[in-house]
This record gives sequence, structure tokens and C-alpha cells, in this order.
Amino acid sequence: MKALVAVKRVIDYNVKIRVKADKTGVETANVKMSMNPFDEIAVEEALRLREAGIIEEVIAVSLGVAQCQETIRTALAMGADRGVLVETNAELQPLAVAKLLKAVILQENPEIVIIGKQAIDDDCNQTGQMLSALLGWPQATFASKLKISDGHAEVTREVDGGLETVAIGLPAVITTDLRLNEPRYASLPNIMRAKKKPIVTTTPEALGIDITPRLVVLKVEEPPKRQGGRKVGSVAELVDKLKTEARVI
Amino acid sequence: MAALVVAEHDNAALKPATLNAVAAAKEIAGEDVDILVAGKDCGAVAETAAAVAGVRKVLLADDGAYDHGLAENVAPLLVRLAEGYSHLLAPATTSGKNLMPRVAALLDVMQISDISAVVSPDTFVRPIYAGNALQTVQSKDPIKVITVRGTAFPPGEATGGSAAIEAIAPTGSVGLSEFVRAELSKSERPELTSARIIISGGRGMQSGDNFHLLEKVADRLGAAVGASRAAVDAGFVPNDYQVGQTGKIVAPELYIAVGISGAIQHLAGMKDSKVIVAINKDEEAPIFQIADYGLVGDLFRILPELEAELERRQ
Repeated sequence: MKALVAVKRVIDYNVKIRVKADKTGVETANVKMSMNPFDEIAVEEALRLREAGIIEEVIAVSLGVAQCQETIRTALAMGADRGVLVETNAELQPLAVAKLLKAVILQENPEIVIIGKQAIDDDCNQTGQMLSALLGWPQATFASKLKISDGHAEVTREVDGGLETVAIGLPAVITTDLRLNEPRYASLPNIMRAKKKPIVTTTPEALGIDITPRLVVLKVEEPPKRQGGRKVGSVAELVDKLKTEARVI
Repeated sequence: MAALVVAEHDNAALKPATLNAVAAAKEIAGEDVDILVAGKDCGAVAETAAAVAGVRKVLLADDGAYDHGLAENVAPLLVRLAEGYSHLLAPATTSGKNLMPRVAALLDVMQISDISAVVSPDTFVRPIYAGNALQTVQSKDPIKVITVRGTAFPPGEATGGSAAIEAIAPTGSVGLSEFVRAELSKSERPELTSARIIISGGRGMQSGDNFHLLEKVADRLGAAVGASRAAVDAGFVPNDYQVGQTGKIVAPELYIAVGISGAIQHLAGMKDSKVIVAINKDEEAPIFQIADYGLVGDLFRILPELEAELERRQ
């Protein structure tokens, strides 16, 4: 069996983002970029399945600008076997990403596709669900536990009220939640080794997919600032303020 | 123009998040707002939905295939119903987030995720980068598939309406997935997303056992108990306590953050609360910058004192 993981290049989660003065978006020049943290969890889970002997190969796919190669290299350094880059400078929205991934999947025929539940830049939380819909496959989103046996998967999902477990047949799309695993760090020898692993590059045109955005971004703004910073000296004063000033208790 | 809102429920009761989504739908489609109740033996939910003020019609799809709201089975039903609507909405809960992108892809449209404001029927505001930026987007698609950030839309009235309930034919099971079991947290306290007061603990709580200090204060206030991702990652409490970018988004009247430093991803889940209180021993903690009332000190001393003070002044 093969596993395919999708890895998105996003602004590093430690970076405090800045909205551009012309309101067209968020400043990305000279900003540290990293793999979307939920996708790291996806890579880790696929590697564990390979280490458990359940799958033989892990393919890492990224979509976007040429620098997404670096994100694929990170996945390869963690242990993925090879990469596919769908290269474009155009804006990619989740529906287009799902269509492109479907095209790659029809070429690669993985039995299991694992991707992050959301990307920390657009916070959309769509791609996995859309991909499984387009493929006509089952979906197990927000996974915190994955058990695979005999062509089936039992997936425990993080839901609002607690946990829910579903059984699905393979092939399937699984999206990762935080507690699925703790991703490994790439060791220096593995980083060196990753440089020799193959990455195939293709394009939306070569895959025959229309990626025209369906949502037009009219503007991006900063949220209203909150006025805070006032301190109180004691518990009694706090309760007093909450009762008489804020009137919330 | 007409909007269909997917009801959030457990076959027995309508969940309050539905009312926030109805409020957003009314801003878009005025009086032409219908509710879909898809479930099994969920007639009581349909009756509650019919009483929601300003709802035109309730569609009831009662079938075993919809028992646990599996997206694979519910999505084809929405696709069939989509013909009669310009907008399909659901609350941005885990079930809404699971279902709606599947519907959008089957309709070949882009979903508009987690909207926080309606500008016009095709233009919406939504938070990105954990709420550190707000994006205004215009949809070019013929049908708008939307999830609604509940905290951004005050809930509509739960009573006063008398919509007709129309039973509709189910689409059946597509046989792709099966529900196995649910392990739901049991709590006597209010639910996080609808609580008027929330008290949350972070890494500073040091252990899960220490959360009983928070619970005592919570019970004095009738509050829900939440947690930061750090506290969840450390294994103090289950993930369904988590407030933040990757957990629940809340906006109560009063949010009390205890032993929480104020990481961006936590602030993303609670900074729209009306009043924020921070209790932390580190006076440099970023949480104080957004707190209306900050109290610097040892939470293990402050929490019992707070409980006693609340008792004294009750």
C-alpha cells in the first residue's frame, strides 16, 4: 500500500503576521515559512504506518510556488520516500487544491491519503473533505487515532462533545488533529539523505485542471484592537470590579 | 434568494449553534430561511426548529442513514436540496466543518468558511491567521456554501415561530462509512460555546487534578470550564476543553484565563469575549495586554480566595 500526504507551505506559526498597508493581503516578503503544523502530523502518521509495515511508500505532495520544494524536502527529511510538486504562481483555493490532488492521486493510486485538518494561514478546513468528495471516497476528519487492518480503517475523531469513532473502507482521506501524534524532528543525516530523494514537478496545466479562484479577496484588514492592560491589586478588588463596573457577575 | 440552514442536533435536542446560523441566514435571505433536520427519530428536533422565530419551513429527513450525521450520507441530501436555494449554511462546529466542504465540492463551489459578518448576499468577512487578520471575500459561485462562526452572530429567538414541517424523502446510505461509537464528555456545567461565563486553565495549572480549583470557582459562577492548547497537550484535560484557533471559538460575557500566557492561537479563540480577566504569576505574560482586569499572583493562592470571596458576596 502507498500513502500520500499533502504538505502546505505557510508562514511559520511563530511569526506575528502583518497586514499589508494596501489591504491586499498579509506580508510574506522576508518572512519565515514552514510546513503547516497539521501536515507535519500527517507526514508523521504516514511514516508510522510505514514503520509498522502497513504501507510501503510515502509520497509527499505540495502545491504552489517553486519554493514549495523546500516543504517537500522537509517531508523527505522526516522520512517520506519521494515528492511531487504541482508548481504554479497563481493563487490556489481549497477547491482547486482538491482537484489537483485528485489528479495526482489518480496517477499514484495511494490507498490512504492523510492531510492536515486545516492550514494555519487561511484557516479554511476544507481540502480533505473536498478531496474525498471528488474521489467518492470516505472521509475521517479531525483524527486523533488511526487503526488500519484488512483494508479498513477505524478512526477516532475529535468532535465538539468529545470523541467519535468511525469505520471506513480504504481508499480513504484522513485529516489530522493535534493529538494524533507528535511529529519527529529530521536528523542531520536524514536532511542530507533527503537531498537525493526524487521530486517530480508538474503543473495545473499539465494535469488539465482549471484553478480559477471562485472567491475574490476584496480586502484584508487588521481586526479591531482590544484595549486591555489594566491591573487590579487583589481578589476583592477584582470581584468588586466585575460586579459594579463590568456588571458581568 | 432563499437560504437553507443545516440544524445541529443529537436527534433529541436542537443545539444552540443552529440559532446563530439562522441569524446569519436571515441577514442574507430575510424571510426565506428554511431549516433542514436530518437524523433518525428526530421529530422532536424538527418541532423545536419549527418554533424558531422567522423560519419559513422545516425540512425533516428522518432515516437511519442520517443517525450520526455521517458526512458521506448527508452530503448527497444537501446536493439534492441545493436546487431550491441560493445559500446553504451550517454552524462552524465540528459537524458543520465535516459536512459542508463535502457538499461544496459535490456542487463544484468553494465553501466560505467560518464567516464573521455578512456584507451582502455574495460578500462575507472571515477571520484568517487565527483571527489576526480579517478577509473580505466575494463568491463568484451560483450557490454559496457557508459555515458560520456562532460568536459573531447573536442567536435568533428560539420561540415565537410556527413554521410548517415537511417530511422529505431520504437519499439513503452510500455505504462508505459506519459509526462505531461515541465517547462524549459528561458535564453538569454549561457547554463552552454557549456559556455566559467561562473559566479556563493553562499550563500554569500544573496538573489535571488542579483543575478542581477552577471547577469550584466555575460552580460559584455557573461557568463552563475550558483550557488552553498547552494544558490539553500536557494531558491535563481532554481536547474538547480546548479554546483556540484549533479548538473552540468562544465569546462569553466573561472569560477568566488562569495560568494562561496568551499564545496567539489561544487568543484567537477567546479575544471577542466581552470582559476578559487574566490571572497569572508572570506580569509580562501577553494575556495581560488584552485583559480588562489583570491580577498578578500565584493561582494556587488566588483561586481558593476567589471562590471564598464569591461565596461571601453571593
